[in-house]
Amino acid sequence: MDDSTYEYRIVRDFAYSALIWLVLGLTAGLWIAFEMFDPALNLTPWLSFGRLRVVHTSILTFGFALSAIFATAYYMLQRLTRASLPFPRLARGHLYLFNVTMLLAAATLMAGMNSSKEYAELEWPLDILVLIFWGMFSVNVFAILIRRHEKQMYISLWYLISTTVSIALLYVVNNLEIPVTPFKSYSVFAGAADANVQWWYGHNIIGFIFTMPILAMFYYFLPKSTGLPIYSHRLSIVSFWSLIFAYLWTGAHHLILTPLPEWIQTVALAFSIFLIAPSWGVVINGYYTLKGNGEQIRSNYLAKFFIFGVTFYALQTLQGPLQGLRTVNAFFHYSDWVIGHVHMGAMGWVTMIISGSFYYMIPKITGKELYSIRLANVHFWLILAGQLALTIVMWAGGILQGAMLKTTNPDGSLTYSFLDTLNALYPYYQLRFAAGAVYYTGILLFVWNIIRTVSRKPAATGA
Amino acid sequence: MEISSKPAIFAILSGLVVLIGTVVTMFVPLFMRSTQPVSRYVKPYTAVELEGRDIYIREGCNNCHTQTVRPLMTEVLRYGTYSKSEEFAYDRPFLWGSRRIGPDLNRVGGKYPDAWHYSHLQRARNVSGNSIMPPFGWLAANRLDTTNTFRKTVIQGFGYSRRQVTEQIAGDRARVTDPGYESKAMRDRVTPPECLTGLTEMDALVAYIQKLGRDVKSLEVAQ
Repeated sequence: MDDSTYEYRIVRDFAYSALIWLVLGLTAGLWIAFEMFDPALNLTPWLSFGRLRVVHTSILTFGFALSAIFATAYYMLQRLTRASLPFPRLARGHLYLFNVTMLLAAATLMAGMNSSKEYAELEWPLDILVLIFWGMFSVNVFAILIRRHEKQMYISLWYLISTTVSIALLYVVNNLEIPVTPFKSYSVFAGAADANVQWWYGHNIIGFIFTMPILAMFYYFLPKSTGLPIYSHRLSIVSFWSLIFAYLWTGAHHLILTPLPEWIQTVALAFSIFLIAPSWGVVINGYYTLKGNGEQIRSNYLAKFFIFGVTFYALQTLQGPLQGLRTVNAFFHYSDWVIGHVHMGAMGWVTMIISGSFYYMIPKITGKELYSIRLANVHFWLILAGQLALTIVMWAGGILQGAMLKTTNPDGSLTYSFLDTLNALYPYYQLRFAAGAVYYTGILLFVWNIIRTVSRKPAATGA
Repeated sequence: MEISSKPAIFAILSGLVVLIGTVVTMFVPLFMRSTQPVSRYVKPYTAVELEGRDIYIREGCNNCHTQTVRPLMTEVLRYGTYSKSEEFAYDRPFLWGSRRIGPDLNRVGGKYPDAWHYSHLQRARNVSGNSIMPPFGWLAANRLDTTNTFRKTVIQGFGYSRRQVTEQIAGDRARVTDPGYESKAMRDRVTPPECLTGLTEMDALVAYIQKLGRDVKSLEVAQ
């Protein structure tokens, strides 16, 4: 099929939308990181920590990650089916509606309209918009699969299909709410049942945004970037099915030692430990793909993003189940340790894979060479350093706070007040802000590099 | 493998695989008594407490404060007896939280007088050393909007009549504006003069905070 029949403008525009939300979301992140050691930045109610933290998480999870997923999905779907996008105008509508929804999301969350359930804070009218754009996306996904010219569906398509189906299910159930006004609603579930539904959602929305579609990118762009086929097709199959099977059992590991019935917690823990196997199946598949070609990590700037990215996925998927274990959880839960865990996943795994994918994809769709490989390398090292510093500082802070809260005097009384632990954490919060600033700089270089690539005059030699 | 060339069947099958864990760990528990036990000693929120709870949600307090004490020695020492699921029968949505940048609040009701909360909400460092809690003094300048309060209690299933809701609101207003109110001096200090005679958002938030864990504490006293 001729390259010119593919619809690439939608890919480019979703990529732009990803970069805009990435910068905005990280700006909010830096802002709240500062508020954590100096309350002076709580300038207005709209910028107070409780509201802005939700803007930070929502914009990065939905604005940034979803945009990047849509951009790469529209690209991979066309390439892997060797068919052009069936409904380009629908995709355009999807782009506009998605960005309008995200703008409204940021504005309403800052205005305090939020349903309080983590990663599902949007009020009900926006939930409806989310489902509409998700439907618009799904139509193109299934239409192109039906009209495909390539009989076999590659593994990346499996992950995209599973994402398309599962997100709809998760989002609908956890957002079942009864409206009071257009700006306020109450969950239909109460108490422990509501908590259980929320973390079934909360854990799996991370799974089906920050894992499955990112794995789709990994399986497609790693072989493309390195010119090496995936090591084992069988391992891909086994890890896919066991991953999507086991994921849905594990939500309650976010509710260890809460009033939720104990058996649900224990089942969640057991499946969390099991989940290490399929996760590492992917990791091993990634590493072995480079077997005998390890020098690409030095010679091919793209390989670095994917191999380091999947390394953080490996660390994440080991750390996650372990911190669920009751004794470990008793110490670490509710502390900065968990914040470190999340940030390694988001800043290491997710953002590195998306960065590598964009660096491969943007030159392909524009027919222009990347503006600067050197800048891409600087971007890589800055986000690696920023992310590692941030997560390690957060882990250290988590260990410190966990230990202080558990310390007792010989007579059995508590040694430290809650405020004592906060005072001990302030230096860590300042370091975290600095680490975030380093990361932010790296991301700005990434954005600059992509913008310069797209705005380049077509190379005289032809791309 | 055959299935990888059949997108529709693939989508259905992957949906079914995802549903197994969903049904066992999320759907079935919705119908089990253990996830929503009720108990006579746990009372629904009053109209003003519910409005205060909505302000707690609006300001994202749950981003920094949990509302579940774990059955661990040092937590019980620090906060009070551990949380049980029947305490949350009227929590729609639940507000257990996932992170403690501030202390747990499930047992905070009655721990401090109202005056402490007025001062703390206005500026946390007034009473709490080097706290990083954002200032919420502006809540005292917002009159409490009770337009939808009755409707809210109906949706929550609290079973109050419209008259009861009106009486509850009037009762709370009378309580905090009474010259003999024990925290009057502090309330007068943080509240702008034009708002002194009515209920403010801060009044409602304080009422909600003071409700947290009170039912359990009164049960303990009764025993």
